[in-house]
Amino acid sequence: MAEKPKVGCARPTGGLVGQAETVQPKEETQSAKEVRKMIQVGKPAPDFVAPAYCKGEFTAVKLSEHLGKWVVLCFYPGDFTFV
Amino acid sequence: MSVDSVFVHKMWNDKELSKMVEGGVPFPMLSDGGGKVGTAYGIYDEDAGVENRGRFIIDPEGIIQAYEVLTPPVGRHVAESLRQIQAFQLVRESKGTEATPSGWKPGKLTLKPGPDLVGRVWEVWSVDMESD
Repeated sequence: MAEKPKVGCARPTGGLVGQAETVQPKEETQSAKEVRKMIQVGKPAPDFVAPAYCKGEFTAVKLSEHLGKWVVLCFYPGDFTFV
Repeated sequence: MSVDSVFVHKMWNDKELSKMVEGGVPFPMLSDGGGKVGTAYGIYDEDAGVENRGRFIIDPEGIIQAYEVLTPPVGRHVAESLRQIQAFQLVRESKGTEATPSGWKPGKLTLKPGPDLVGRVWEVWSVDMESD
C-alpha cells in the first residue's frame, strides 16, 4: 500500500513509478527551458484570457480588457487548501 | 487564479468563502488548468502541478510594477499590497517627480529625486522614519 502523503497547501500529485530517467528531451526544448527568463517589472504583463467564476456566473476574463485600471493578479495553490 | 476549474471555484465560494465574506467573493476567480498563464508569469510549479503564491500589481498601462512570490504555506499581507498600490499611484500622479522612501505610508514624507538631493537624503529623511 502506498504511503499517505502529508496534507499541506500544495495538492499531493501523482506521477509515474519506475526508472528515474525516461525520455531524452529534444535539444531544442531543453535549451528553450533553460532560457526562459524571469518575469520583469517595468515590462508589460503577459495578456491572457481565462475561464472564471464571478458572482454566480461562469464567464471569461481577458487581462487587456482591464487596461485603464490598476489590477492585482493573485495566484494561489488551490481551493480548499487552508491558507 | 489557481489551477482549479470554475466548478471548484463556485463550490469553494458557495461553501466556504461566502461564510467569510458577505455575498461571497466580489471579483472573478480565474481558472488556469495546466498552468499556462502561471508559466508565462513564472510562478507555476510544474512538479507540484499548482501555482505558487504569486501576486502581481499591474498599472493602468498594463505594466507590471511589482510582484511578490511565496511558497504555499505562508499567506500574503493585504495591507502591504494596498500600501504598494498607493505608492505606485502616488508616483504615477507625480509623473515620476516623487518617490516613496523605505517604510512609506500614505501621509508620510516623499522624496523628490534630482541632482540637488544627491548625497543629501540624510538631511530630509532619517532611519527612524522607516517605522511608524
